[in-house]
Amino acid sequence: MKPRSKKPWRFSHFQRRVLKAVIHLIATGYLVALFYLGVNDQLGPDPVDALLNETGIWAIHLLFVTLLLSPLAKRLPSPEPIKFRRMLGIYVFVYAIAHFFTYAFFELQLDWHLLTSELVKRPYIVVGMVALILLMALTVTSLSVLRRKMGKQWQRLHYSIYAILPLALLHFSWSQKTFWQAPIFYWLIGLIIMRGRITRTAAKTVKRLKAYQ
Amino acid sequence: MPKPFKPSVRLTDNDVTDESLYFNRRKLLKSMGFVGASTLLGSPVKASGWLWGDDDEDNTVTPSPLSYSQPKQYQIDETKTPEEKVTSYNNFYEFGTGKDDPVKNAGGFNPDPWTLRIDGLVETPTTLDLDALLTQFPLEERIYRLRCVEAWSMVVPWVGFELAKLIQRAKPLASAKYVAFETLYDPEQMPGQKNRFIGGGINYPYVEGLRLDEAMHPLTLMSVGLYGKTLPPQNGAPIRLVVPWKYGFKSIKSIVRIRLTDKMPPTTWNRLAANEYGFYANVNPQVSHPRWSQASERRITTGGLLSRNRVPTQLFNGYSEVALLFKDMNLTRYY
Repeated sequence: MKPRSKKPWRFSHFQRRVLKAVIHLIATGYLVALFYLGVNDQLGPDPVDALLNETGIWAIHLLFVTLLLSPLAKRLPSPEPIKFRRMLGIYVFVYAIAHFFTYAFFELQLDWHLLTSELVKRPYIVVGMVALILLMALTVTSLSVLRRKMGKQWQRLHYSIYAILPLALLHFSWSQKTFWQAPIFYWLIGLIIMRGRITRTAAKTVKRLKAYQ
Repeated sequence: MPKPFKPSVRLTDNDVTDESLYFNRRKLLKSMGFVGASTLLGSPVKASGWLWGDDDEDNTVTPSPLSYSQPKQYQIDETKTPEEKVTSYNNFYEFGTGKDDPVKNAGGFNPDPWTLRIDGLVETPTTLDLDALLTQFPLEERIYRLRCVEAWSMVVPWVGFELAKLIQRAKPLASAKYVAFETLYDPEQMPGQKNRFIGGGINYPYVEGLRLDEAMHPLTLMSVGLYGKTLPPQNGAPIRLVVPWKYGFKSIKSIVRIRLTDKMPPTTWNRLAANEYGFYANVNPQVSHPRWSQASERRITTGGLLSRNRVPTQLFNGYSEVALLFKDMNLTRYY
């Protein structure tokens, strides 16, 4: 390992608190603003459509940011990004559940029969639901008490974030009517973010396979 | 001896950014729709009521008032979709795949001069210019329900004339069985035709088709206006088809050519995904789209999220008089 030329960069306690407060303000503020404008028919011609799009797309944006934190921590190097990971990860879930609520309450308008039949019949909705359930599991187990109790299991469960990414992107791609649309770029960005982890895992697998021979 | 210079990064011709890409990089970024954190603050403002259609592009075409009659049987009493919603929530991939793209990108579209040609299996091939289209046929207002294949709907007061009158003028031959329609192909005016990331990768020009008896049905309208004025570009200026008992994608916009043929013509969405979009595309609550149910629809009028606007979808969008056209047809098979 290379010797470190300088001390890892850190926030003061105060700076961290301020930054977290700002993130809370923006993330919840935006969601509240969307619903407020939507209820008052200020969200474009079809507020339901606008709300579905915004909550979905921002769940993915936040997921990207969350997945960027650990490579960023290594690159800096600094332990700071990791301190924001749980918070941002939970916001991914908050936006995803807002997306689902919009679908159930405002798109299908609580037509339970339709909701249940769509949930099982339509593959792209099933894919989205699986991602949402996984996100819920991660959110629930993000409590420090549970994390300690779960020990090794916790890490294994939280690796499912790597399944959530392709599931969410597949759900996005599948919801479009043609191929050449925004989701292609999201897959590209996803791949770029995951590049380091993919090559490292591949290298490890190759090494393990060689060891067996 | 001095060492020869060795660049630390070796680049070959393969690494050179293609010139067209380089010059279009901003457009490309824009079309990606992923604009990072700036959208966080930008989109609620853009999406909200205060700043609709504000963009830097100035509308060069302003809709002008039309004169028309209002036949009683076509003045239905369902709540109309407000004009600003009809003209700002459009599927017109030639101007972008987002619902708000057409209103933003079609402002500079110029439908004048225009020619519409009717040919193929007709006795007298005919070409009509914009003035002829607006004046040679008596115009009437018809309030139709518009059901999109995406399970939303609107109620729109169109102004136009029956397609039958146009076809009759060209005198169809007995051998004609189908009518093929074609949208303008003009990549300079229609950015979606120039760039597949804007236009969704559809094969342009957009084409549609009807059986001749469907085309001759009195409900089938050639629309030149809505809400009493000429069509704005995003709604298909200067002339478009309106077939109220079929999903909206059948109602092709900005038509330049109508051709009568004896074979079923190809249609754009059917070519793109034949399992999802058929030639007939009759509104039918029993036949779902593979990815969603068509049993009900959300009617876009006024009111925000809390308005209960989901209504049951009706067979043939409620225009039961067309059922005769399909009486011996398996509607599940020929969707």
